[in-house]
Amino acid sequence: MAELKFIGGYPEYMRKHIDIVNSTRAQRKDFTPEAMTMEQRDEVLKLHPDYAPGGKRAIALGPNKGDMAPNEVADLLEAYPLIQGNEMDVSKPDYTVDLLVIGGGLAGTTAAVWANDTGIDKNKILLVNKLRHGDANSIMAEGGTQAADREDDSPDRHFLDAIGGGHFTNKPDVLKELVKDAPFIMKWLCDLGAMIDREKDNSFVEKGGGGTSRCRMHACKDYTGLEELRVIRDEFRNREIPYLEYLPVVELLTDGNRVTGAVLYNLETGDYKIVQAKATILATGGFGRLHVRGFPTTNHYGATCDGVVLAYRIGAKLRDTDTVQYHPTGAAYPQQIIGLLLTEKLRSMGAQPLNKDGEAFVFPLEPRDVEASSFIRECYVKDKGIITPTGMRGIWLDTPMIELKNGKGTIEKSFPGMFRMFQRFDLDIRKDPVLVFPTLHYQNGGVETDPWGKTNIAGLWVAGEVSGGVHGKNRLMGNSTLDCLVFGRRSGISTAEYLKSNPQYGKLSIDHLNNYVKLLKEAGIETSRKAPVLLPDYRGKAVLARMIDIF
Amino acid sequence: MPEKDNIMDAIAESNKSVVTGIDEKDIEHWITIWILGREYKVPAGLTIMQAMEFSGYRFVRSCGCRAGFCGACTTVYRIEGDYRLKTAMACQTRIEEGMYLTQIPFTPAERANYDINKLAPGIEALLTNYPEILRCLGCNACTKACPQDIDVMEYIAAGKRGDVGLMAELSFDCIQCGLCAIRCPAELAQYNYAQLARRLHGKYETPIPGYCLNRVKEIESGKFDAELDKLVKTSNEELRKLYTARDIEKA
Repeated sequence: MAELKFIGGYPEYMRKHIDIVNSTRAQRKDFTPEAMTMEQRDEVLKLHPDYAPGGKRAIALGPNKGDMAPNEVADLLEAYPLIQGNEMDVSKPDYTVDLLVIGGGLAGTTAAVWANDTGIDKNKILLVNKLRHGDANSIMAEGGTQAADREDDSPDRHFLDAIGGGHFTNKPDVLKELVKDAPFIMKWLCDLGAMIDREKDNSFVEKGGGGTSRCRMHACKDYTGLEELRVIRDEFRNREIPYLEYLPVVELLTDGNRVTGAVLYNLETGDYKIVQAKATILATGGFGRLHVRGFPTTNHYGATCDGVVLAYRIGAKLRDTDTVQYHPTGAAYPQQIIGLLLTEKLRSMGAQPLNKDGEAFVFPLEPRDVEASSFIRECYVKDKGIITPTGMRGIWLDTPMIELKNGKGTIEKSFPGMFRMFQRFDLDIRKDPVLVFPTLHYQNGGVETDPWGKTNIAGLWVAGEVSGGVHGKNRLMGNSTLDCLVFGRRSGISTAEYLKSNPQYGKLSIDHLNNYVKLLKEAGIETSRKAPVLLPDYRGKAVLARMIDIF
Repeated sequence: MPEKDNIMDAIAESNKSVVTGIDEKDIEHWITIWILGREYKVPAGLTIMQAMEFSGYRFVRSCGCRAGFCGACTTVYRIEGDYRLKTAMACQTRIEEGMYLTQIPFTPAERANYDINKLAPGIEALLTNYPEILRCLGCNACTKACPQDIDVMEYIAAGKRGDVGLMAELSFDCIQCGLCAIRCPAELAQYNYAQLARRLHGKYETPIPGYCLNRVKEIESGKFDAELDKLVKTSNEELRKLYTARDIEKA
C-alpha cells in the first residue's frame, strides 16, 4: 500500500467523508428514521449471515442429526476426541468433590457462590478454568443488564420484548424465569457492592436497547461485565472456594448414564488430572473464536465452543444451532481493533448509524440481527459504505452526536472504555464518528435446558452462553449478563438441592467416546480434525510453514 | 460490488488478515522489535499481541479478552536508546521500532479475605484488611504504570483518609492487571484495596432504589405469575400481535 497521509488518525480520503458527517450533524439532531415493520425486517434479514446462502450444513450424527449448524460448528461436532479410551487411566480421581463447575465467567462463578449459599461446603466445590478465573466474554460485556424494575415496566413486557426479538423461537418456560428473576439479580448485585450507574436521586440510570420497549438497561459505565464479574469473583475468593486455572476440561466422564466428573488437561505441563463429582455445571461460554463465515469477533481468546462439543458427545441435546449473533457495531477501523465491540449503549445514548453520504438510513435500535443486516445492505447492496485502506467496508457511527444530545463530557463519563480504546490509536470519538461493521458476537443456541439449567443428561447442568433456548434465534442487548446471573444462580441452587438427596459417586469412564467414534465412522467422517480446539491459532504463516515437533 | 450471492465471500475476504493471520506478501512496511531479548522483523502497525503471534508465539498465558478489559496481557518494555521502563496492555498497544518487551503473566499480590456484610465504609475496613496501605511513599510510580491512566496514587491517598467513595470512583476503570503492585516500592497491592473500596461504596453508600425493592417483593408475592404463565402458553401468532402492538418508550 502506498504511504497514506493521515489527519486526526484517518487517511485523507476518509477524512473527507468525516467532514460530511460533521457538517450535517446539527440537521440530524432531531431526526430518527422510522423503525421497520415486521415485513421490512423479514426482507432485510435475507442478507444476514444466518440466512444468506451457504455457510451451513446438516449435522451428520448425534442427538441433533439433521439440524443445521454453521460449518465451523459442524466441523467440531464431526471431529475426533483428543484422547482415546485405551490411552489413559481415568479411574483414579485427583479431586473428589460434590460439585464441579466448568468455566469461571459470570455464570460459573455465580453458580459456585449460590451452591455455597444453598448449603454446599466450599471444599466440596471445584471451579476449573481454561485460562484465568474471569477470562470470559462476561468481562467484556459493555452495555448493561436488563431488569424490569421500574413502575411503568413489568416482567411480562420484558418477556414480550425478548421473545419478539428472538423471532418467537425462545423457550418460553426458561425465558419466564429470566425476566422474573431479573429485579432480584439487580438487588443481589447491589447487596454484594456492585456499583451500578445512578442518577442524582440515587435511582438507577436506565437506558433502552435494541428491541426493548422500556428503558431497563442497568449499566456500570461501559464496564458492566467487568464490574459485575470482579465483584462476584471477589465474593467467591472471600469464601475460599477452590479453583484451578489453565486446566481446561478436555472430556466429561460418565458411568454410562450420568456425568460423573471430567478430565482436565494442564496447558503448561501437559499432564492430565481427573475430577470426580456428583454434579457438574457446564459454563464454558460461546464460540466467537471459530470465526463463523470468516467474520472477526468481539469474543475473548478462549471462546472455542468446547462445552457444546463435550456435552454433545455424551448425548446432550442442542437447540437453535442454526443461528449466530453478529453485533451490528464492531470496529472496522483502525486495523488493530477490527471486530472489537462498540457497545449498543452508544446508540441508546444517541449515536446514529450513517452511510458515506452522511445519511441516517436505519432506526438505530432495531434488534441486533435486523440492524446488522441493514448495515450489510448499505455497504454491499446500496454501495453506500466507506472502504478502509485494508479493504473493509463499514458505516459511520456518529458518536459526537452523543455529546450534542447529552452535553459535553458525556463520552468520557459514560464510555471511558470506548474513549480510551480509540484514544490509544490516536482517534477521538468525541470529535469524529467511528467506522463500524457487524462482528461475530454471540452463540444464540447451545445445550438445551429446563428452567433450572438441567439438561437431558443426569448430573449435567448448563448456564450462560453455552446453553440454548432462552434467547431463541436472536438475543437482545442486556440479556446475556442477565442470563449468566439468573441461570448461574438457578443451576447453583438446583445442584445444591440435588446434592442434599445424597447421590453416590459414579464410575469414572470415557467409554462414551468409543460409541461416538463409532458414530463418526458410520457417518463416513474421515478427518484429522480433533476437538475441543481449546485455543485459536493466529501464528504467522511463514513461521507455521517451518514448525517441527521434536521437543 | 459483489453479486448478491457472493456478499459473504466478499466480507470474509476483507477480514482475512484478522481471522486467518497475516500474509507477509501483503506487507510493505516492516519494523524490528525484541521479544524477550530476541530480534524479530514484524509488519508495522500491529499490536504487541499481534506482533508476537506473527513471530510464532502461541499464547497460553498473557492473553485473555484481546480487547483491553481483562488485564491478562500485562507488558513491560523500553525503546532502544531510552532508559525509561514503560508499561502497556499487549492487545491495546501498537509496536514501535526498537521495542524491547516482556510480559508479566501473573502478579503474586496479597489480598485479604473479608465478609463484606460485617464491614462499614471507612478507614477501619481498609486498615483492618490492608494495614500496609499506610506505607505509601507518594512516589507516583503506580499512576505512571497504570495502562488505564488511573490516578492510583490519588485513590490510595483517598483511602488513607477513609474516603472510600472517592477511592471507588477514581479506581472504577481498573482492570486488575497488577502493574501498580509490581512497580510499587512500598510493596502495596493497590488494585485489591480498590476492589474492597468499591464494594464498600456500592453496598453502603448507594442504597438500592425503593422501586427496585418493591418490584422484587411484587414478584415474590406472585403478582406477575398469572400474566407470565399466560404468555408462556400463548400461540406465536397471538404473541406476534401483542409484540407489534406494544408501545415503545423513547430511549
